[in-house]
Amino acid sequence: MDKITVSKPKKFKRNLIVLTILFLIVGSAWFAGFNVIEVMINLNKGSRLLGRMFFPPDLSYLPNIVDPMIETIRMAIVGTFIGATLALPVAVLVANNFIKSKLLHGPLRIILNIFRTIPALVLASLFVAVFGTGPFSGVVALSIFTFGLVSKLTYETIEAIDYGQVEALMSLGANKMNILRYAIMPQILPQYMSYTLYGFEVNIRAAAVLGYVGAGGIGQTFEFNLAWRNFDRVGTIIIFSFFIVLIIDLISSSIRKRLV
Amino acid sequence: MENISVKKEINYLHIALRTFYYIVVFGLIFWGFKGIEYKGIMQSASGSINALIRGFLNPDMAYATNNTIDGLPYAILETIAIAISGTFVSAIISIPFALLASQNIVGPKVSKVGKLIVTMIRTFPELILALIFISVVGPGAPAGILALGIHSIGMLAKLFSESIESMDLGVKEALESCGGNYFEVLFRAVLPQVSPELMSYTLYRFEINMRAASTLGLVGAGGIGAPLIFAIRTRSWSRAGVIIIVLVITVTIIDQISGRIRKRIV
Repeated sequence: MDKITVSKPKKFKRNLIVLTILFLIVGSAWFAGFNVIEVMINLNKGSRLLGRMFFPPDLSYLPNIVDPMIETIRMAIVGTFIGATLALPVAVLVANNFIKSKLLHGPLRIILNIFRTIPALVLASLFVAVFGTGPFSGVVALSIFTFGLVSKLTYETIEAIDYGQVEALMSLGANKMNILRYAIMPQILPQYMSYTLYGFEVNIRAAAVLGYVGAGGIGQTFEFNLAWRNFDRVGTIIIFSFFIVLIIDLISSSIRKRLV
Repeated sequence: MENISVKKEINYLHIALRTFYYIVVFGLIFWGFKGIEYKGIMQSASGSINALIRGFLNPDMAYATNNTIDGLPYAILETIAIAISGTFVSAIISIPFALLASQNIVGPKVSKVGKLIVTMIRTFPELILALIFISVVGPGAPAGILALGIHSIGMLAKLFSESIESMDLGVKEALESCGGNYFEVLFRAVLPQVSPELMSYTLYRFEINMRAASTLGLVGAGGIGAPLIFAIRTRSWSRAGVIIIVLVITVTIIDQISGRIRKRIV
């Protein structure tokens, strides 16, 4: 029997890519001063802090953090609602198959992109400087963040809809509003709801740390206790918010699974 | 031609349930709005907004062109370095976690435990991880790398395990039937098949980590975050403006490059 030989693909290009990636990884580790050995040696310091936080946590502090946690959840709900509500009309405007105008899409997309690029924490610290400390700044930051996230996901969904229904309506002489109402909306609404819930999950996590820059919620309590080095209370806050986030995630993702 | 009439079935239980859902959702939203205070916001805001806009229009160019360790280019490079190293660390650690969470590799029982561990990691905020790692390696970029490296496992291992679970099992079975041992199956059947998707997810996570790395500096874990928060707290808007503008441009460029590579990989 003849030997079957499989010709190997050209190695040069592949090697070049691998070398570039290696160079990037090693270079950035060197630039950032990352040293695995040093980490290994100092690992016990971390366990000491973890011990002070979690073994045992100060559970008697639990009643004090229920109110900030509720404020966090409220912030996330309001931020998600405002952001997602604004996102739907904008997503329709930005999608390139509903209104075909490059003049409109270009600038809007750039603005949306900028909103998504600035991290929620940076937005929050900006608004804290403008509106003062408190949950309002956090809500504004979360709204903008959710708006950027949900509108992008939604307009991508609009662009990917089944065009048959749109054409069917067009051939019957429907106008733009009718097409939007009867062909586009029914197709994207479940996805849009799912993205909104996803935004809510992200927002709960973001809202929990926003207080770190003074934007209300449990993060403020967290930062305060950390500054006073009450590590056992910090441990309680981490455990409590961890469970709240986990529960909300589970509820929200089970709803999302049923939606889509 | 006869008219076609479609009779709509009215299901009262369905309507009742739907009304109930609407009431719950809007009740929650109303409850949320009720708890947020809006008092005393607008008096000082207009002045601050004016100052902020003026600062953004006159960015601090001296800071942007300062090539020493205190300048903006260094801080941005450090942020990118943290994002790359953190993503790399987490991509490596994610593979065993992903295998542990994949039903077709370890069986349903173990995979449930693996999935739970991955979910728990995902829920743990990276800012708190950064604080913990600062106590390990001291303030600076390495703490940020470790925080991103651990936190990203939560997402990467989940995505990795999903692509492992949806892969074609034929190759794996073929190797097993030839007597390949566990590691041979892993390295010659499982990983080669899913590696394009793995790389694509890793790049996607790198995009996210770029944003995360820019906030880690808030707690002292290196990168652009520390100078940014300092500029905002001291209300030096021209400096905050230049940092945010450069950050947005950098992140956008990296998004574009990474997105293009991702399109070519898959």
